[in-house]
Formats: sequence, C-alpha cells, structure tokens
Amino acid sequence: MLKYILKRLGLALLILLGVSMIIYFLIRLMPVDFVQDKINAINQGGATVSEETVNALYETYGLGDNSFKGILSGYVNWLGALARFDLGTSFVHAVPVADVIVEHMGVSFLIALVATIFEFMIAIPLGITAATHQYKLRDYVVTVLVMIGISLPSFFFGQILKEFFALRLGWFPASGLVDATSDYSALGMWGQYISHAFIPILTIVILSIGARMRMTRTTMLEVMNSDYIRTARAKGLKESKVINKHAFRNTLIPLVTSLAGLLPSLFSGAIITEQVFDLPGIGKVALDAMNRGDIPFIMGYNMFLALLSVIGVLLADLMYAIVDPRVKLE
Amino acid sequence: MEELNSKNVQNEAADTEAPLDKNLRLMSPTRMVVRRFFRSKLSIVGLIMVVGLFIFSFFGPLIYDKWGETQLDESGKIVYTVDETTYTVDGVEYTVKQVKETWQKDNSFAPSSSEHLLGTDTQGYDIFVRLMYGGRISLTVSFIAVFVITLLGTVLGGIAGYFGGIIDNIIMRICDILICLPGIPILLIISTILSASDIDKKYIIYLLMIYLTLFSWPGTARLVRGQILSLREQEYMVAAEAMGYSTPRKIFKHLVPNVMPQLIVQMSLSLGSMILYEATLSYLGLGVQPPYAAWGTMIEIISKDMDVMQNYLNIWVPAGVCIVIAVLGFNFVGDGLRDALDPKARR
Repeated sequence: MLKYILKRLGLALLILLGVSMIIYFLIRLMPVDFVQDKINAINQGGATVSEETVNALYETYGLGDNSFKGILSGYVNWLGALARFDLGTSFVHAVPVADVIVEHMGVSFLIALVATIFEFMIAIPLGITAATHQYKLRDYVVTVLVMIGISLPSFFFGQILKEFFALRLGWFPASGLVDATSDYSALGMWGQYISHAFIPILTIVILSIGARMRMTRTTMLEVMNSDYIRTARAKGLKESKVINKHAFRNTLIPLVTSLAGLLPSLFSGAIITEQVFDLPGIGKVALDAMNRGDIPFIMGYNMFLALLSVIGVLLADLMYAIVDPRVKLE
Repeated sequence: MEELNSKNVQNEAADTEAPLDKNLRLMSPTRMVVRRFFRSKLSIVGLIMVVGLFIFSFFGPLIYDKWGETQLDESGKIVYTVDETTYTVDGVEYTVKQVKETWQKDNSFAPSSSEHLLGTDTQGYDIFVRLMYGGRISLTVSFIAVFVITLLGTVLGGIAGYFGGIIDNIIMRICDILICLPGIPILLIISTILSASDIDKKYIIYLLMIYLTLFSWPGTARLVRGQILSLREQEYMVAAEAMGYSTPRKIFKHLVPNVMPQLIVQMSLSLGSMILYEATLSYLGLGVQPPYAAWGTMIEIISKDMDVMQNYLNIWVPAGVCIVIAVLGFNFVGDGLRDALDPKARR
C-alpha cells in the first residue's frame, strides 16, 4: 500500500512538471502585457516614461526577453522559486501569490461546500426513487428535470435566477457578498453572506444535481438486480427495509468514492458563477488576473488546480480500495 | 415448403424438421438497437429537438431571408430622451422636464413584430435570424470538435491498448498531464493569444475548438484503451493473429468496431458539453465576435448592460433557450443510445 502511494506520488510530481511547463509557455505567449498596461496608465497621468525606465520595469517583472531562451530561463527561475515554496509575487495585488489564493479561497470554498452538501442531500433520494420506480412516471419526471438542469449553461441560468429572484421579486441581493449597510456585527455579517450566497448556491446545486442523481440511479438499479435483494424480498422483508437497509448501503460505495474526486471543485471556485454574481471568490480573481496578464498569479492558480486534481484522483483510487475490500491496488 | 427450406438454409438454423413459424423475422443487431432506441419516448423527443434545431439553423436562413446575419435594420426610428433639470428659485424647487426627439438611423431595441419576429437587438440586428446563424456556428463547431476528439482518442487509445508496454505508458502519462490541465483557464489563455494574432475574427472559434480537442481527447483514449485491453484477450483476436492480418487491420477492423457502441454514446453526450463550452467561451467574449452571431455571444450583452438584462428579455432569453434545447436534445439522444446499445438491457 505504502509503496503504491509513493509510486503514485512520484508520478504526480512528473505530471505536475508537465502541466507547469505547458501553462508557463502558453502564458508567456499571451499578448496581454502587464508592464505595457502599467506604462500606458502612467502616460495617461501626463508623465512620460523614458526608455530606460521601461526596460527596467520589464527586467523587474522578469519579462524582458520574449525569445524561446528567455521564456525558458523564466520558467527555470519560476521552478527554482517553487522548490523553495515560493510562488512569487502577484503583479496586480503586489502581495505573494499564496496569500492572494488563501485570501480569496475561503468564499469559494464555503459556497462550494454548502452547494455540495445540498447536492448530495437532494440527488441521492431522487436517484433512489427514480431507480425504485424505474420506467414509471416518477422516474421520467425526475430524469427529465435533472437532465434540464445538466443542460443549462451556468451563465444563462444564473442570470435568469438573478433576474427573477433578485431584481423582479427583490428577495435576495443581486451581486457581491456584502452590502454597504451598517450592520457589521458577526451575526449581521453571516446573515448578509447567507442572503448573498443563496442564489449562487441555488444555481450551482441545480446544475450539478443531475450527474449525482443519475449516478445514484444507475448503481441503485444494478444493486436492485442482485441476488441478495431477491433473497431479502423472498424472506418477506418490508420493501422499505429492503431498499433502505440492503440496497442503499451498497450504492454508497461509488458515492463515497466520488467524494474524493470533488476535491478540486471545492477549492477551485466557479469562474462563471462568480463572474455572474460578482462574488469575490478565487475564480473571479483568476479571471481578472488573466485579463491583466498577472503571470505569477495565473501560474500559481493553475498549478494549485492541477495539484488538487492530481490529489483528487489519487484519493479516489485509495478510497475505492478502502471502501470496497474486493478492490486491490496494483 | 421449398421457400421455407431455403430460408432455413439461409438462416443456418440447422433444425429442418420443426417448421419455422411463418411470422418469424430475423433482426440484425443494428435493427434491434434502432427498435430499442425508438421505443424510448425521451430519445424520440431528443431526436426531434436536435433535428429541429438543425433544420432551423441550416435551412431556416434559406427560407426566411428577410434579414441577413450582419444586416442592420436601417429603417430608423424616433427616440425620446427625457432631460431633467432642477432649479431652486427663492427656496422653491422647480423641476423642468425636457423631452428631446431625435432621429436614430438604426432601428434597435425593436419589440417583436411581423417585421422582426423576435425584435432587434442593441445594434439593430434581427434576433430571430441571428439565432439561426448562431445555431449554424454552434452546431458546426461542436461537431468538428467531437469528431476530432473521437478520432484522436480512438487512434491514440487504440495504439496504447494494443501495443502496451512503453508506448502505452507514454501515451497514458500524456493523458494524465492533459487531464490535469484546468479547462476554462487554459482556453482563456489560448483565446487571448489567438485574438491578438491576425486571424480573421470569423475563424477564431474554429481554431479555439481545435485547440480544445488537443486537451480533450484523453477521456476517449482511456475509454478505447480499456475496451481494447479486454478485447485483445478474446479468441477471435487469436484467430485474427493466426490469419496473419496486419496490425492496423487488427486494430481498426477487428477491435475498434467493437468499441463503437461506447464511442457513439460518448460522442452524442460530448456534443452537448461542446455546445456548452462554445457558448461559455462566446459568453466570456472569447469565441465568436460581433458582428457575427453565436448563441453565447448573444447572451454576452447582459454581463455589461443591466438595462438589457432587465427590460429586454427578447434579446437574450431566446439564445439561452436554444442552447438548452440543443444540449438537452443531445443528452436525451445519448441516453437513449446508451440504453439501446446495452446488451444487458431488458427492454
């Protein structure tokens, strides 16, 4: 087991190296130039920037040489800093990248966590009823509804909910995470967070229920066809007991395993949803960074995501072996 | 009797003594799949949605050619603007409202009428016609992307699964790397690179989707590889080996056709997600650029203009509905195909 984990971790390092190389070269090819934007801003202020200052600025940000060799040395520098656990300093925020990530991750994480909890709470019962009433009206209604959920583009559905609940009915605030009200007590702040995060969470839950529900339904159907369910029915158990005690427990295996795969989505932030609702989460910060050419932050953010998905895959495999003793890791 | 006998010989159902039922009909596997597919109401609904959208997008502009994709309605209209000025004279406030009448060249923000079935947008383009042209782009782009993904995935997955060893290892590690690349951020980066180059704006979305395929084939490759690993051990492959067939023939004539059912299901499901991807990119302003239309581009306006979002639902809601219909249709069809192709299915 330990040997297996170590081997997988070694592979993970290799994967991350490849990912970082691809991302770094792509970013350096981006035409968005943070230094040029900065100079333009200074020029608009009326001051003129001399050639030397421009060159000095480029050197400071490490963007002086855009040839292949220059990019390569930039990558090596970045990698060297990473080996010392230094992700560099964000151009836009002027603080270490790690600090920016940590600062904005909380909002994204809380929203994703609450949404995931609701997703499981709603999707699992739906999947079970759909499976136990297979090919009946209930199955069709549930399936069609969740399929519509899967098919909605997040930016469109988010805007519809915003338009309806926030702007037409005025039940919830339309964007942001806090109002400019005077209630800054702890309780008041949490109240504000909840009312602001309600529609975004609703959006995410409705969009993601489908996959989970269909997964539950498929496994439940498989389990319901197995011999021990027939035995349980044959010995005269109540149907509710057969489903809740015998069948449901066995559908838990893939569900629990899929929890590990959720790791990246918990921390990555929903770029589109955060953009629609103007939430100060990490996804929105990343979108801004990309529009402004904040290379260290884009690198840090993308590597953070890649790391999470590598760990997520590894955890899912391990969980699978732990939950289901029949599975042996090679 | 003779006829029956010949039928028996044809069927190679050896038992000649028991007369065959006259009603017996032989069905090829394909026909059984088709029958099972059409037995599900959802797949029929899905098929109607998809085919309907195709006809709407590709033949619609030929029939309804009143307006073009980039043709402004220049009939013009009178716009009223209200100016408010407040004076304070002797401590009393007076508000003077001035209604200005201006002639505007483009007939923008028109409500739906017989002239413009769904009205015109902020520029004065006909929304109904742009929905059709947008559908053309979205559907074409998604089909190209899915086709390329399937091709790349099948070839690379097939090679990896068949040869195993070092080749398999290399291809699978590349898959691991590509799967770990975060999708939307990478596409954002690529699209900014593309939009700065001097490629015609009209073709950027095609290039972008081609790049998307370069990152999306690993899913298909893994599927094909897994299937081939198990198929490789079967007896008919030993037979193929004994016949001395060439390797490409063994892979693409004997192994890949057996993966086709899973591939078809995967293709129809990923068509839906490609349409969503394309729409998201266009919504972020990175896909199809105005004046050309795409469903995502038509919704983009609401992220900038609150007034349009609240008061001109006819500008952005129809495009969203089109996206939902397309994705839902492909999902229903894919689901129906999955059930129809599943040999364990009892219905």
